[in-house]
Amino acid sequence: MAEVVVAVLLVVGSSLMFVAALGILRMPDLFTRMQATTKAATLGVGLLLAAAAVEFGDLAVTTRVLAAAVFIAMTAPVAAHLLGRAAYFLGVPLWEGSVRDELRGRYNERAHALASLEEELGEGRLAPGRATRRGVISDDVSNQPETGGHPVEE
Amino acid sequence: MTGLLAGNPAEIFAVAALCAGVAMAGFRLVRGPSLPDRVVALDLLTIQGLGLLTVYAVAAGRSAYLDVGIVLTLVTFLATTAFAYYIEKGSHPGERRDG
Repeated sequence: MAEVVVAVLLVVGSSLMFVAALGILRMPDLFTRMQATTKAATLGVGLLLAAAAVEFGDLAVTTRVLAAAVFIAMTAPVAAHLLGRAAYFLGVPLWEGSVRDELRGRYNERAHALASLEEELGEGRLAPGRATRRGVISDDVSNQPETGGHPVEE
Repeated sequence: MTGLLAGNPAEIFAVAALCAGVAMAGFRLVRGPSLPDRVVALDLLTIQGLGLLTVYAVAAGRSAYLDVGIVLTLVTFLATTAFAYYIEKGSHPGERRDG
């Protein structure tokens, strides 16, 4: 019985890892590649680790497997978010078929400040050229996002 | 290697799928048009390595390989975080504030 469970977990887990690699090979731009790999690879490696836990059936092994799986499940989204944020600031192009880019025009490229943040804090605290926690808000008025409202549909 | 090939079909399938995944991630690592592409590929490559380690631990019956996997995940997360930090910091070279 345990052998069947281990075999099923191994096959499903490695298939998910294969799908993740297929995603990074075939997806059209960086962000779709990231969303393909992060989730599928996390679930796939979790299933492989579960196969190891069932195979050994030992408390020490199960604890280590659980620690590794929880660590991966906690760190993979954080790493993907950091990398996606850095890539967007770097100017990595989106796929030409992308429907919408909600960040465009809504964040200050030089200060890395979001429009919603500036609206919340008010103009008094974030006067142009004044130092903030993230850096210096630029004086360039054309760079400032339009206030209020929902992102404009194009 | 003969030990692995003598294993059951599920283990052979898992090793084959993971090796194909390593090949595809390696292609993206070499080809990737931008630096973040390569970082994502490196991240996936390490996770595929972790999967290979786990499958080998199951096939060989040695649980010590799982410890290697835990360390590998730690290093991967730190590497990706460091790459993201320096990519973001270097995205506006004229405006470095922290020196």
